[in-house]
Amino acid sequence: MADQATETAKSKPKSVLGLAIFALVALLFVIGLVTDSPLEGLQIHPMDQFIVTPLFGGEQVSFYTPTNVTLWMALSVLGVVALLVLGTRGRAIVPSRVQSIAELMYGFIYKMVEDVAGKDGLKYFPYIMTLFVFILFANFLGLLPMAFTTTSHIAVTALMAMAVFLAVTVIGFYKNGLAFFGLFWVKAAPLALRPVLALVEVISYFVRPVSHSIRLAGNMMAGHAVIKVFAGFAGVMGIGAIAPVLAISAVYALEILVSLIQAYVFAILTCVYLKDALHPAH
Amino acid sequence: MEGDIVEMGKFIGAGIACTGMGGAAIGVGNVVGTYISGALRNPSAAAGQTATMFIGIAFAEALGIFSFLVALLLMFAV
Repeated sequence: MADQATETAKSKPKSVLGLAIFALVALLFVIGLVTDSPLEGLQIHPMDQFIVTPLFGGEQVSFYTPTNVTLWMALSVLGVVALLVLGTRGRAIVPSRVQSIAELMYGFIYKMVEDVAGKDGLKYFPYIMTLFVFILFANFLGLLPMAFTTTSHIAVTALMAMAVFLAVTVIGFYKNGLAFFGLFWVKAAPLALRPVLALVEVISYFVRPVSHSIRLAGNMMAGHAVIKVFAGFAGVMGIGAIAPVLAISAVYALEILVSLIQAYVFAILTCVYLKDALHPAH
Repeated sequence: MEGDIVEMGKFIGAGIACTGMGGAAIGVGNVVGTYISGALRNPSAAAGQTATMFIGIAFAEALGIFSFLVALLLMFAV
């Protein structure tokens, strides 16, 4: 009993700290609501949060201009480095919290690559791990109030998807030579059907980068736009906006789940494409 | 009343394109529902098939994404 009392007394500062962080986030959220949604009339601009603006003033956006996209991408890279490099620096036998998160993440992706792409896919594990943690951090950082979601831009996700597509195609031809075309020639089907199936397979092969990139961007964009629409309602209703705030909380919780699942889906689809490249025969 | 008939057609077309997402919803629901009914019959085999379920969801979702893409094209590119 006495132990329990000291335990609760000890854990109290932590819960107070958590509460303080929560209150800070909530405050930022409210500030974001008030500043972003004009209070006169029902004027909601849910897509305004995705506008790319230069960081240091000016209007022109060239390829070298530091913009808010650059800033939040750099922040997500910093987050990845902080978690994976600094977190595992201690290499304790009994891992600290940060170290165990990093180790769990590493083991999770390692097992996924091994299960889906096979043993010879493990050579490409670092690339898939990089993709996963970068997308995960970009998604999660984008959920902070007043942050910018870099993965909601098709330009960002399309680059990653095209990199995966080109890499997988090159690996497929390098490993199998012309046998890579066996991916499109379904041996299990009757001979008369094979040309038709080959056409379908070729189309679905070239559509891969499109669906791969737009899935991530569309999910992130849609979720954030929904949150902003409810935020617009809350801004119009003012102080009595209980229903919109509850709805925002619910959608926000869903968005946290979606962020994780979309990063996972991007990584696992990369593994599936890699498996097709390594073992093209059906 | 402002705007022209092309603008109106764009918005109507984008709205109709979004009905394709209902099909994706049915597909994703089908994948997960079948997974759960299988998992409840044989819970010990369920853990090994989660990755397959997510791949199935991703493929079912891809076709809904194309309707979203058509809506985007109508809104911003046409």
